[in-house]
Amino acid sequence: MHYSVLQILKNGLTGNKGWKPVWRNPEPKKSYDVVIIGGGGHGLSTAYYLAKTHGIRNIAVLEKGYLGGGNVGRNTTIVRANYLQDGNLEFYSHSLKLWENLEQELNYNVMLSQRGCLMLAHNDGQYDAMAWRGNSNLATGDDAVLMGREDVRKLVPFLNFDDARFPIRGGLLQRTGGTARHDAVAWGYARGADMRGVDLIQNCEVKGFRIEGGKIKGVETSRGYIGAGKVGMSVAGRTSQVAEMAGLRLPIESHVLQAFVTEAVKPVIDNVISFGMGHFYISQSDKGGLVFGGDIDGYNSYSQRGNLPMVEHVAEAAMTLMPMVGKSRMLRSWGGIMDMSMDGSPIIDKTPVAGLYLNGGWCYGGFKATPAAGAAFAHLMATGKKADWATKYNLNRFETGHVIDDEGTGARPNLH
Amino acid sequence: MMRAPALVQICIENGNMRIECPHCGDRDHREFEYLGSAKLLERPNGGDAAAYHDYVYLRKNPTGENTELWQHVMGCSAWLHIVRNVTTHEITEVKLARDLKEVAR
Repeated sequence: MHYSVLQILKNGLTGNKGWKPVWRNPEPKKSYDVVIIGGGGHGLSTAYYLAKTHGIRNIAVLEKGYLGGGNVGRNTTIVRANYLQDGNLEFYSHSLKLWENLEQELNYNVMLSQRGCLMLAHNDGQYDAMAWRGNSNLATGDDAVLMGREDVRKLVPFLNFDDARFPIRGGLLQRTGGTARHDAVAWGYARGADMRGVDLIQNCEVKGFRIEGGKIKGVETSRGYIGAGKVGMSVAGRTSQVAEMAGLRLPIESHVLQAFVTEAVKPVIDNVISFGMGHFYISQSDKGGLVFGGDIDGYNSYSQRGNLPMVEHVAEAAMTLMPMVGKSRMLRSWGGIMDMSMDGSPIIDKTPVAGLYLNGGWCYGGFKATPAAGAAFAHLMATGKKADWATKYNLNRFETGHVIDDEGTGARPNLH
Repeated sequence: MMRAPALVQICIENGNMRIECPHCGDRDHREFEYLGSAKLLERPNGGDAAAYHDYVYLRKNPTGENTELWQHVMGCSAWLHIVRNVTTHEITEVKLARDLKEVAR
């Protein structure tokens, strides 16, 4: 069914009885041309672009739990393209362009809201670094506005500008950044893939790979063996475990990142604001809840829930930046498991096993990358070549020295 | 009896991680800095690039017990070799890294 205003009117007048489930629940076939492991945002968008752009229809997406039940439903929904280094610059720039047309592309309301992302600087050094970053973004064709202290005050007058330790020196605004409805992104891609014949198979856990003569033959799953010409791993958070079944060891550690939401309040924060003191960032959801988060807890974790010190740290950062939020009550906190790569940037590449492909190591960048990561991974799997905007996310870059270390912290995943 | 706010309750139930420092005793983990996998003690000898790539970048990243290096930065400054379950955060073994020096050199 094509969604339109007419459909809304028609169904509204007929008791909303015309809406149907938007994807099937098929039994797995014996084999597929392409099997994608992971029914999250990236896996679903990969399947969508494989079917849409590359005309491959015999595809299965295997999901251990339910579609969109992993990190695509656990993030803080921020979309932006204000990275610093080659590799990341052109990739996230392309991703933002895909975001801007995503609703028309999918005929699905992902509620993209380009409300602007503001990063704050607290000293001259940070401010200079922002000028550098902003120039990189402008040179890539993205938006960047370097703002002095008074310009920032006009935009967000409620911040604490005169904190003794972290006074606000200025900021870098990307007006095209913003937020999107995260679940809708997964659902929109799932619907689009299903409409093009992709089998979305839920409750199907991959237990092993069948590899013969260095080439992938299929996957062993909790619902039996499924043959495959090509297999793509798109399981950020669990990439190490899935890859280990194929005998691979990766430059990835898993860490837990917490996020928080308050009770709904009237509109107070128009933009996404990030505080240079730590990794604190905040926005307001369409329902009114203040959505915010901070750094990863700092040590390897698979527990999907965080520890108290980071809760305290994030609350302190919130109170330092905008004391008014102290009056709102925190509703929930949760944790997601991140693939923290050794340089803070992702991997979209072939693996040493012929026919087995890897999309992982997304650190904090996975949600905003959803459209471009799927498109790039589909391009790689269909053509064997890297897409123009994703040529540098190589698995062997750590061997060759071509790391993309935006934070400049070296091989310390807990510091990225 | 008054119940703690929901979030605090969750944190109490999760239990805050504590580390038994051989010098200083039972301490909150906030006193410690995490470096990473204890494989960093096993620095390869010589100039084998592949071995160094493995040493610096590749990780086993297990879901259960992980051997790790922590430093008691806000205490005695000792480097600790710790065995910790990364799903439950249970710490089953703490040793001084210097006692494992024969591994390191």
